[in-house]
Amino acid sequence: MEISRKLRTLIIGLPSFIVFLYLLSILGVEPIYLLETSLMAMTPLMLAAVGESLNERSGIVNIGLEGIFLITAVTGVYYAEVTGSGLGGIVVGGAIIGALIGFLFGFISTYGRAVQVIAGMGLNLIGLGLVPFMMMAFWAFPGIHIFNPDLRIGTINISISGAIFRLSPITIFAILTTIFLHILLYRTLIGLRIQATGERPEALDVAGMNVNLTRILASTICGSLTGIGGAFMPLGWFGGLVKEITAGRGFIALAAAVFSGLDPLLASVSSFIFGFSEGLAFTIMIAPGIKEVLPYYFINMIPYIVTIIALAIVGSKRFPKALGKPYIRE
Amino acid sequence: MLGMFNRLKKSIIETLIVVLIGFVGGAILMIIFGYDPIAAYMKLFKGSVLSIDGILESLANAVPLMLTGLTFAIGVRSGYFNVGAEGQAYMGAIGAVIIAGSISLPYGVHLAAATLFSMIVGALWSLPVSALKAWRGVHEVVSTIMLNWIALFLVRYLIEYYYYEPGRAERALPALPTARYSVIGASLSTIIFVTIGFTILIYFILWRTTLGYELRLTGSNPEAARYVGVNYVKVIFLNFFIGGLAAGLAGASQVIGRPPAWTIYKTLGNVINLGFNGIGVALIGRNHPLGIIFSSIFLGILLYGSRFMQYLGIDPDLTVAINGIIVLFLSLPELYSMVKRYIVGGK
Repeated sequence: MEISRKLRTLIIGLPSFIVFLYLLSILGVEPIYLLETSLMAMTPLMLAAVGESLNERSGIVNIGLEGIFLITAVTGVYYAEVTGSGLGGIVVGGAIIGALIGFLFGFISTYGRAVQVIAGMGLNLIGLGLVPFMMMAFWAFPGIHIFNPDLRIGTINISISGAIFRLSPITIFAILTTIFLHILLYRTLIGLRIQATGERPEALDVAGMNVNLTRILASTICGSLTGIGGAFMPLGWFGGLVKEITAGRGFIALAAAVFSGLDPLLASVSSFIFGFSEGLAFTIMIAPGIKEVLPYYFINMIPYIVTIIALAIVGSKRFPKALGKPYIRE
Repeated sequence: MLGMFNRLKKSIIETLIVVLIGFVGGAILMIIFGYDPIAAYMKLFKGSVLSIDGILESLANAVPLMLTGLTFAIGVRSGYFNVGAEGQAYMGAIGAVIIAGSISLPYGVHLAAATLFSMIVGALWSLPVSALKAWRGVHEVVSTIMLNWIALFLVRYLIEYYYYEPGRAERALPALPTARYSVIGASLSTIIFVTIGFTILIYFILWRTTLGYELRLTGSNPEAARYVGVNYVKVIFLNFFIGGLAAGLAGASQVIGRPPAWTIYKTLGNVINLGFNGIGVALIGRNHPLGIIFSSIFLGILLYGSRFMQYLGIDPDLTVAINGIIVLFLSLPELYSMVKRYIVGGK
């Protein structure tokens, strides 16, 4: 039943999407470029949204994704320069630093019994302040840093009818991770434990499993994936770093997770929808027929408006019973 | 009475501990990145509290923070996590520009009109949040943040296309002299009295009226609120609306109450982060209007003083991170008893 509904959505969604692309191409939008940018924009959203889905399934809500994005965008570039490779930046400055933040967040959310929404907002504030501070400390220049283009993550170039379509290997990694986590969550014992910690932590405790450690594990995975997304933005996508680089994407990723009811596969689909709206904004900004009519400020609003509308359509979903509540044994 | 005094003492000590942790955290960050924290903090406090000008500037910095702090606090008291003060402050600022900069009115009327209009614009920007929350169950954190970004682009658009200052396109029309609060000294204007008055008014609304009781009951015990028949749609709309009034005034304070520019820049550089810093102000002030008066002055000192750390090459936004560390530790309800156990031992 569940599968068939998803399949039906796909059967209706895919052709209408192709028709939509065709209509846009009549307006002067380059469909290959649009798809390329959409997938780029999708990647960080997907990593963070899938991580957050796992995290919230275990009972921890982390609204500090934006903070993790911000910090790892800077540390990613820094470690890319230290290690001399973009991949080094993604792994050390992204995955490892992100995992560390996720671990600490998990720790204070469980053993520290933190009010998680406030702790998450604290994390966002720390990111907001740390980014200009670190950029000044690393590169002695405020707010902007251009790094050596050799540090950019290379892309896989596919030629489609003359035009070149660039696909980042990190995008492929994100998709594979989603599938892996989907299987992990629904088909393995660890996944069942993670779901149980979010729904009935006392049952898990009685069964002799450690609720807090399971949650910390989920939070660490979430932090690590979000960190990869944060480092991807400058290293795999923009090729430069400005202090506003994340532009609220942490919250869009949060919306994607909520929007899909914490299902990793659906979260990746909604990440694509939001990524596509961003790709659309980037593409029509330079499309000749549109940029004269619509000021660029309004085009910039598209991803945020799409996010709000999407959430308004879906409305509220069911969330794990113990979400946001530290587990205290009675 | 004694119980209340003990509670107050406890929360003051708790707050001081967390603020201290914030400073230590900031110092650790400075050490990690090779700065001298003691020299930096000396510069910060020497610049912000050891001169009359410094104190006046710190108070001027406290004005908008007091208001955005109120926005967040009213939300928390009513059970909502309102992080929309940022965008509502942008909207309030452009509202103030529209009335104060582009319309001629007699003195007094002009000032009042600009003040009220900006507050209403800020509050109107909260309506989508309330509607989405009340009827579609959309989480307010996501909707407010999205609206913050939309407000940013909308205000930049309005400045670039309609309200730019001729000859100085990087900023909006400055407030006309008839729409300016009189200057007390440095960049502090009499808008601080309006701000403190508004804060005390919010205190009375929250603790001395039926509406305030309904808001606080919904925040502290939603089940009970539903049981006694509090209309939750009304609570949602009113708490976000009142918060929006405060945030709108916060943005306007940078236009009609802040010399020497009396306007906002197209980058919104002098309004950005007011809303987010307000979260820290509210939490340090225990989400209480009277506490917020003190905590906003504290953060005002920090924010103004931070510019003197630039002489040591330190980015002043470090204070935002310190604020974040303070917020993070304030999220730990057990912190006070943990620290007390550690110091006193046992018990």
